[in-house]
Amino acid sequence: MTTMTERKLTTQKAIAEAIAQEMERDDTVFALGEDIGVYGGIFGATEGLLGQFGADRIMDTPISETGFIGAAIGAATNGLRPIAELMFVDFFGVCMDQIYNNMAKIHYFSGGNVKVPMVLMTAAGGGYSDAGQHSQTLWGTFAHLPGMKVVVPSNPYDAKGLMISAIRDDNPVLYIFHKGVLGLGWMTNNPRATGPVPEEAYTVPIGKAAVAREGTDVTIATISLSVHRALDAAEQLESDGISAEVLDLRSLVPLDREAILDSVRKTHRLLVVDEDYQSFGMTGEVITTAVEGAFDYLDAPPARIAIPDVPIPYARVLEQFVLPNADKIVAGVKSLLTA
Amino acid sequence: MEIPQDHLVDMYSTMVKIRYFEERIREIYFADKLPAFDIAAGEVPGEMHLAAGQEPVAVGTMPHLKAGDAITATHRPHHVAIAQGLDLKQMTAEIFGKATGLGRGKGGHMHLFSTEPNFGCSGIIAEGMPVAVGAALAFKKLGKDNVAISFFGEGAANQGAFHESLNLAALWNLPVVFICEDNAYAISVPKAASTAIADNSDRASAYGMPGVLVPENDPVAVYEVAREAIARARAGDGPSLIEVKTDRLWGHFEGDADAYRTDEYKESMGGRDALVAYEGRLLEEGVLTAADRDAVIKKMHGEVDEAIDFARNSPDPAPEDALLHVFA
Repeated sequence: MTTMTERKLTTQKAIAEAIAQEMERDDTVFALGEDIGVYGGIFGATEGLLGQFGADRIMDTPISETGFIGAAIGAATNGLRPIAELMFVDFFGVCMDQIYNNMAKIHYFSGGNVKVPMVLMTAAGGGYSDAGQHSQTLWGTFAHLPGMKVVVPSNPYDAKGLMISAIRDDNPVLYIFHKGVLGLGWMTNNPRATGPVPEEAYTVPIGKAAVAREGTDVTIATISLSVHRALDAAEQLESDGISAEVLDLRSLVPLDREAILDSVRKTHRLLVVDEDYQSFGMTGEVITTAVEGAFDYLDAPPARIAIPDVPIPYARVLEQFVLPNADKIVAGVKSLLTA
Repeated sequence: MEIPQDHLVDMYSTMVKIRYFEERIREIYFADKLPAFDIAAGEVPGEMHLAAGQEPVAVGTMPHLKAGDAITATHRPHHVAIAQGLDLKQMTAEIFGKATGLGRGKGGHMHLFSTEPNFGCSGIIAEGMPVAVGAALAFKKLGKDNVAISFFGEGAANQGAFHESLNLAALWNLPVVFICEDNAYAISVPKAASTAIADNSDRASAYGMPGVLVPENDPVAVYEVAREAIARARAGDGPSLIEVKTDRLWGHFEGDADAYRTDEYKESMGGRDALVAYEGRLLEEGVLTAADRDAVIKKMHGEVDEAIDFARNSPDPAPEDALLHVFA
């Protein structure tokens, strides 16, 4: 068991600490990506690591995502455990072949004989007017494609534990951090982005959801920054006498379907909240899980809140209109309860 | 520089083996697909890209490799895989989609993977190039004196992955050798219609590495150029790019009507068949006697026949095994 300490870190510092501790423990772990060296990663995931480990293990790369992600695959199949950073998940368009046709398929094609132990970490999410090529989440796109695990932490504790699990995993793991949960000084202040993080190394299991808040009247299943939105909504709902359970899925692949079913069997109502595009994505998958496995427990048709199938717009009012928020979640829950 | 006699004979033997393997696969592939060609039918279904004619580039490289050296190859991988010494039975069984195959029937002929020898290939043009760079990066980091060889076609040299890979390999001074198999056609499009310069080896200068053109489809010519590039990489002196002018004797895939190449062109390829030419040279120079040649042919054909029998007699995978091996 891990020992809880009172030490608090931001999610960003928790990620960097996880990488540093694994690099200290295992000489085969190294990181490569754009601006991860002197800069420390645009979102700070490798902050301070260049000084600690040197340029051979914290490798700045050219802007060549196909080249360096493909190189990470070759390094992973030849004895190393690379962590490659794709600066924004939106940039997947220039390197998706290496990700889904290569990284995610080699183990299967080889009949289990070749392992690809690598982490592909990447930043996601909007809310700060960065427009449609720097604000998407896209985790549903990756989760749809077999062969890679997909983890999306919402808080500092999980961020460290999931990163350590991802590095130690013998499979390719896509580790997606939402910019809004990192606690960056240049993003809108988010008190939930700072929290207690044990100093020692520990793991959070990939594929296990967590109940972020217990409740009895409705399940709000969500992930990443929308966990914070759901917790804010649950506080508002409590003052209206509604007890909402917030389920933080934490991993999309594997998806903890039992946790979804357990919660729905308890609350009998399900709202799924996602900052990804609505159609063909996470919300549909979670609702299907509930309908297939707990149909008789449902007192109302499951509902969802997600990006309404438009690219993420730039102007503040436009973007805020399409993003999930606590008010939308409160309204969604109330609508479910009166259904 | 003198070439050891056993290398000369090994290159010939391997060429014989590759050619006979491709001929047998071709025969089996078509046996149950005609008269009405059905790509999904038969013992060996799916697309089939055979490498008859391209043997020299593979066999000329291999004498310089050692255990642990990594190869990434293309959608047309058999000649390289056989030359590197993949288990021929398991490789053949994979092509037949059998449970005993290298990938237990999950990959097929474009997706052959082996850890020893260290081999991978891909159905996507240029996909293996950055992977070879990564293998070389691992060798350097782990202090091994292994090298990585990336085989790719001349069509791949217009992909971004080619340029990104050469840049990274040179930037990081990695032990990788890029070997372009220029068979002059990217499916139907001739090189002159797709590539702004005549020789991809000239592109090496853009990345500050040596670029060497091998203008003949000849194992000895490949051998000599590959020897220098591989020795250079192994010594820590960085990557090289080699382009070999070779011939794809048959269509892009089996069943390809090959109407985009003129009869004259196809006849000229037949007239300069590298296997025939190399055999003649070895006989003429006294490296091989006619009896030696016959013995080689008998042995190599026997190994191929044995591998095909093994594949044929192997069980299909259990259908539900489709669900295994997504994750380790």
